[in-house]
Parts: sequence; C-alpha cells; structure tokens
Amino acid sequence: MDRNRLHNQVASMRRSLFDQGYLDDQFIQLEELQDDTNPNFVQEVVTLFYNDSTRLIQNIEQALNSRPIEFCKLDDYMHQFKGSSSSIGAKKVTNECTAFREYCNAENAEGCIRSFQQVKQEHAILKRKLEVYLQTVRQASQTA
Amino acid sequence: MNVSSVKGSMSISSSTSTWKAGDTISDQFPAGLRVLVVDDDPTCLMILEKMLIACLYKVTKCNRAETALSKLRENKNGYDIVLSDVHMPDMDGFKLLEHIGLEMDLPVIMMSADDGKQVVMKGVTHGACDYLIKPVRIEALKNIWQHVVRKRKNEWKEFEQSGSVEEGDRQPKQSDDADYSSSANEGNWKGSKRRKDEEEETDERDDTSTLKKPRVVWSVELHQQFVAAVNQLGIDKAVPKKILELMNVPGLTRENVASHLQKYRLYLRRLSGVSQHQSNLSTIISAQDPTFGSLSSLSGLDLQTLAATGQLPAQSLARLQAAGLGRATAKSAIPITLVDQRNIFSFENPKLRFGEGQQQHMTNKQQVNLLHGIPTTMEPKQLVSLRHAAQSVGNMNMQVPPHGPQSSQNNPLLMQMGQQQQQQQSRGQILVDSTINHAPRLSSMGQPILSNGMATNVSSRSGIPENIRAPGYSQTPSMLNFPMNHASELPGNCFPLGSTPGVSNLTSKGAFQEDVNSEIKGSGGFMPSYDVFNDLNQYKPQSWELQNVGIAFDSSQHSNSLQGNLDLTQSALGQQGFSSGQMNGHNRSAAVASKAMFSTGNVKELRSAQNVNQHLNNLLVDNTIRVKSERVCDASPANIFPDHFGQDDLMSALLKQQESVASSENEFDFDGYSMNNIPV
Repeated sequence: MDRNRLHNQVASMRRSLFDQGYLDDQFIQLEELQDDTNPNFVQEVVTLFYNDSTRLIQNIEQALNSRPIEFCKLDDYMHQFKGSSSSIGAKKVTNECTAFREYCNAENAEGCIRSFQQVKQEHAILKRKLEVYLQTVRQASQTA
Repeated sequence: MNVSSVKGSMSISSSTSTWKAGDTISDQFPAGLRVLVVDDDPTCLMILEKMLIACLYKVTKCNRAETALSKLRENKNGYDIVLSDVHMPDMDGFKLLEHIGLEMDLPVIMMSADDGKQVVMKGVTHGACDYLIKPVRIEALKNIWQHVVRKRKNEWKEFEQSGSVEEGDRQPKQSDDADYSSSANEGNWKGSKRRKDEEEETDERDDTSTLKKPRVVWSVELHQQFVAAVNQLGIDKAVPKKILELMNVPGLTRENVASHLQKYRLYLRRLSGVSQHQSNLSTIISAQDPTFGSLSSLSGLDLQTLAATGQLPAQSLARLQAAGLGRATAKSAIPITLVDQRNIFSFENPKLRFGEGQQQHMTNKQQVNLLHGIPTTMEPKQLVSLRHAAQSVGNMNMQVPPHGPQSSQNNPLLMQMGQQQQQQQSRGQILVDSTINHAPRLSSMGQPILSNGMATNVSSRSGIPENIRAPGYSQTPSMLNFPMNHASELPGNCFPLGSTPGVSNLTSKGAFQEDVNSEIKGSGGFMPSYDVFNDLNQYKPQSWELQNVGIAFDSSQHSNSLQGNLDLTQSALGQQGFSSGQMNGHNRSAAVASKAMFSTGNVKELRSAQNVNQHLNNLLVDNTIRVKSERVCDASPANIFPDHFGQDDLMSALLKQQESVASSENEFDFDGYSMNNIPV
C-alpha cells in the first residue's frame, strides 16, 4: 500500500510539474535515458545542473553589479545558463532567461536586474520542487 | 554492440585502407560510430554523452576545445564525427570547426541554444555539416551517422573525378562542388585520408569502384609543406602539378593536391573576403537580373556549352550580361550586375542557387562555381584563363559604358525583379552574362542568343573571357532586353556606340526579341543605354537598395564566398562578378560579379566592391550610397562609354533578363533619358 501510495504520489507530482509548466519535454528525454545501467540518471543530471548553475548565477550577479554593465558578457553568461536549463527541461527558468536576454539586447539595465530576479526565483522554486519529487521517486523505488 | 567489427568496417584504418560508402558496412552500423563531443557545459555534456551511448555510438567527451583538438591530433583516425558547442570559453566553436576541417577533415556538427539565422549561417559557411539547436533531442543524434557516410561518399567521388580528369580541372571541382553543396563543407579541407604506407593509394584510380581510392590525410606537416609550396609558387601560379613537385611527397597525387588546393583557396577567400564580399555585393546588385529565374534552366544548358569550352569566364560573362545588362552603367554596370545577382541569389532561393550551381556542376564544374558561387576553387589554369579573361573583360568593360545607361535603367527593374527566386537565377545569369558581356563585345559573335541563351552564347564562345568570344553573346542579350531595338536593330543595339564589330552577329536577335518584352525599352537599344547611362546614377540608389536587400541576406551567408570569388575573379573575370564559383551561394556569384566588374585587373576595386557589397548587406540603406560611390569610382564615365561595348552587352543581357523577370520593372526603363551625354 505504501508503495502504491508513493507511486501515486510520484505520478501526481510529476504530472503537476508538467501541467504547471515547470518542466517540458526535455525532461522526459532525460527520464527515457534512465535505465538499468543508469538508474539515477535523472537525479545525477539535476544535481549537476544545480551545482553548475550556481556558478553561472554568481557570474551573472557579478556582471550585473559591475559598472558599467557589460551587456555582451551578460548575454554570454545568460546564454550558457539558458542552454543548461533548457537541456534539463526547466521550462519556466528558460523562459525567464529568454526575457532577460531581451532586456540585455536592449541594454536595459533595469530590465535586466528585474528579470534576473525572476530567473533566480524560478530557478529556486524548481530546485525545491525537483528535490521533493526526486526524493519521492527514490523512496518509491526503494520500497519493495 | 560489436564495436570492433563496426569500426573495422567503418574506419579507414581497415586493411583495405578505404572505406567505401557502399562497402561492407557492418549490420550494426551506425552502431559504434566514434563520436567526439565537445561542450563546456557539464550538464549538456553529460546528457549528450548518455544520449549518444543510447544510440550505440562510441563516445568521447571533452569540455574544452583544446582538449578535443589534441585528442583528435593524437588519434587522427580515431573518430568519425565531432559534435561541438558553439559557445565555448577557451575557443570559439567555429574556430575549432575550421581546425578540424583543415587538419582532420572530419564531419563536424555544431550545437547551440542560439538558433539565430546568422549563427546557423556561420556554421554553414565555416563548413559544419549540420547545426543542432539545443536542447538536443536524442532523435537528432540518431541520424548523425549520415554525415559520415555522405562525406566519405563525396570524397570518393572527388577522387574519382580528379582521377579521371587530368587536364580539365573541372571534374575535381565538380565533385567538390557537389560536395560543397551537399554537405556545406566548404570550409573543410577535403583531404582524403590516405595511409602513406598504404599500397592501394591513388594508383587504383583505374578501379571501377569510385570508392576505392584511399583518402589522403592532410596532416599538419603535409599541409605546411603544401602551403610552403603554394607560397613559393605564388598563390596565383600554384598549379597542382608544380605543387606536387615541390612537395615531393611520395604517393601524393596531383588530384589530392588539386582538391586540397581548391579547399585552401576557398579558405583563403573566406578569410579575406568579408570586405570583398561587400564590394561584390554592390556590383552584383547593380547587375540584378530578374530574368535569371527563367534563365536558370537555360543557364544550366549554357553552362554545359560553356563547360564544353571550359571557359568559365565566358559563362560568367554571359550570365552577367544576361543578368545585369540593364544594370551596370559602364563599369558600374558591371558591378551592379554582380550585386544584383547577389541579391537575386540571396537567400531567396537557396535551392535555386544550388540547383543552378549543380546544373553547372554537371555541365561545367568550373562554370558552376563561378556562376553559382560554388565554392570550388578554380584551378590555377582556370585562374589564369580567367585572369586573361578578366583582363580582356576589363577592356571590354570600357566598352560597356553604353550599356551602362541601359543597365542602370534596368537595374531598378532587375533589382526588383530579381528578388526572390528570380534573383537567384538571374544572379547566376548575371554573372555569366556580365562576363560574357565583356567578352562578346569585342567580337561579333553573332551567335544566336537565346534568352537564357545568353549564357549559351557565351558558352559557344567557349568562354573566352577575353572578350572576343562573346560579342555575339552580349549582343543578343541586349537585343533581347531592349525591345526598342527591335530585331533588326538588335545587332546594332548591342553596340550602338558603334563600333562593335561583333554586334552584327546578332542574327538571332530577332528571335530574342520576341523574348524581350518591351519592358526593357531602354535596354533595347544601345542608344537608350547611353541615355540611360546618364540616368543610371539616378537609378542606382534604387537598385542599390534592392540589392542591399538581396545582398544583406547573401552577405551574411556568403561572406566567405565573396572572398573566395574575389580571388578568382579578380584575376580573371574581374568584371562580371564572375564568381568563380567560389562563392558559397548567392554571394559568390555576387562576388564574382563584382569582381568582374571592378577588376579590370584592379583587385582593389573588387575588394572595394566586395566591401561595398558586404556593407550593403549590413546596411541596406547605407549601402546604396556606398555602393554607388564604389561603383562610380570604379568606372569613370569617360572610360566607360567610348568604345567599350562590353557594357552594352552586359546591359542587354541584363535588360533581357529583367524583361523576363518582370515587366513591371519597365517603368525604370530609360524613359526620359537623353542620350546626349553618352560619349560614343
């Protein structure tokens, strides 16, 4: 029963992540890559993403705080960040990145700063949700 | 997965030393494909690796470009394909792409989250065989093996071609062209991998199987030897035979050197061609010839004839004529033609572009290159001939002035018409025509000029760029273009200014006239052209603008090609924007055209033309001005008018094309042009 409950929980959490637009197709690609030889693939990738993206976020913060703002550099960093987040299927995060880049192209510092706050926020929200989700997945797979 | 067996069948290192495309491919293929993936993003790298493994490929990953390069160098034959990210901190992905193409000649696929057209185009021009947008899905990776197969297949074909044609450098070019067009490998050095110690070698050229030729691996040292030999000979005089002798590498064949030389030329052109590209564009713009669209089919035929003659320049001349007849005013006319062509060929019709080029391939490799900007480099011989042609053309250009006016008038027409597909076609035509124009003027070729036939005329002339050939050619176009001239006048129209001996040949004119609509009124007669010439300047802006549009698209795409073209055409075509096929796409033709236009042996002009062209691409509006000035300085009216009928031919060719393209353009005809100022 527990297992069923857990599995149901996993299923519904997963569904809501997709329904609410936090994740997209790319995440499914990751799930499909997971197999017996790599049973924790998704977890590994997500962990890797969050470790790496922290570094990127710091870079962007720094660039945003420097004066004058180097929009080229900002765009570069954000491009990397966007590539990364899109590769794990982080839909909302990626969308915010796109918005940021638009402000960046327009050299709108204010817009960039505001937009970046959004990026960080989405990034943090998704992180929490994924942590919970993946933990549940782990539990479900562990229970007999 | 049985990697070893797959490897055996796939890698060149197999005992047979050659991997035939159709050869024994393991049933497991593409399993075991050896992929090197380079990406600085660890998340992406991990995902890609997993995906590639899931595709049953053998994966090696690196997070730095330098690491990747050293891995490739250590193990030359250890990889079948490379996947690389575009944005990397230590080295630009495109740079890595060039290195790989140059040293290892492996297929490279670029990846990026950036899907902007510019970037993708950059990938194409740098020789990437594919471009994937991130996030990459596994489905996209499942088919990457096709690039490996395709590349090898093309290399075999190239070998075969080069092997079979000793004297005519056409064939190697042809295969190169095909290769380029098919896999956009322009930037890649097509060294065929070949084990030096192998027994088969190219001596097996007589093999029926085209795939049996061993591939030559152009290692860094070998390439350095090659470059040293080329520099010693002088890039213009570097003939495969001589290079081969200088290099003194056992087992290396002339064909190997020839194909490598082609690539090298393209590469150089691309490196130096940005400015040239612009200038080419400007010239091409002027030469837009909307009629190209219809002519494209003919151009293919023409090319064949031209191919027969083996004279590219002629073709390009012809095309240019056809295309840009209306446009170029004297010198400027020519450049315009080129420019227009470029516009015409610009992105609108990539298919056309290649299609035409391919037609040419079939018929005349060289020609194709020129016309369609196929990146094939011209053989030194060809270059030489082109150069001659260019010189002659240059002379002819002087004669062109009469056409100038006409062309100017036509230009607006052409330009407008030239857009879109027509542009593409006409561009090729323009290139050909313009080149032909120059040539023909001098001699009265009197060859029947078919509407598309302008190219044919030229071709019949066998592309003697040296003007003498094409006179008839040029005439016809003009005839066609200028309804005003009417059949009877057509012959004379071509060179209203008279004296063109060749003019008389326009017997076919009558025939063409029908083709020529009244639209080109101005173009019809040379007389009008003179008038037009005066007014050309007026139209220039218009044409330039239009051209800019076209160019803008092209330039972005073909900047490389322009450069390439410049090199070639400068010497040869000069005027007619005869892009010695080096141009990747439209740009090439444009580049050639511009080159043809400007160069009367004047490299600088071409360059400026190219610059102009390029500039045009970037700034539509600004370019017009720029182009104009470029043009103007290139061709001083005084020079243009008198005795140079080449322009007339050009114009007529251009006009003709314009006609076919769009009747509406006519309004740009020579209405209200007074023929006074045209010094005859």
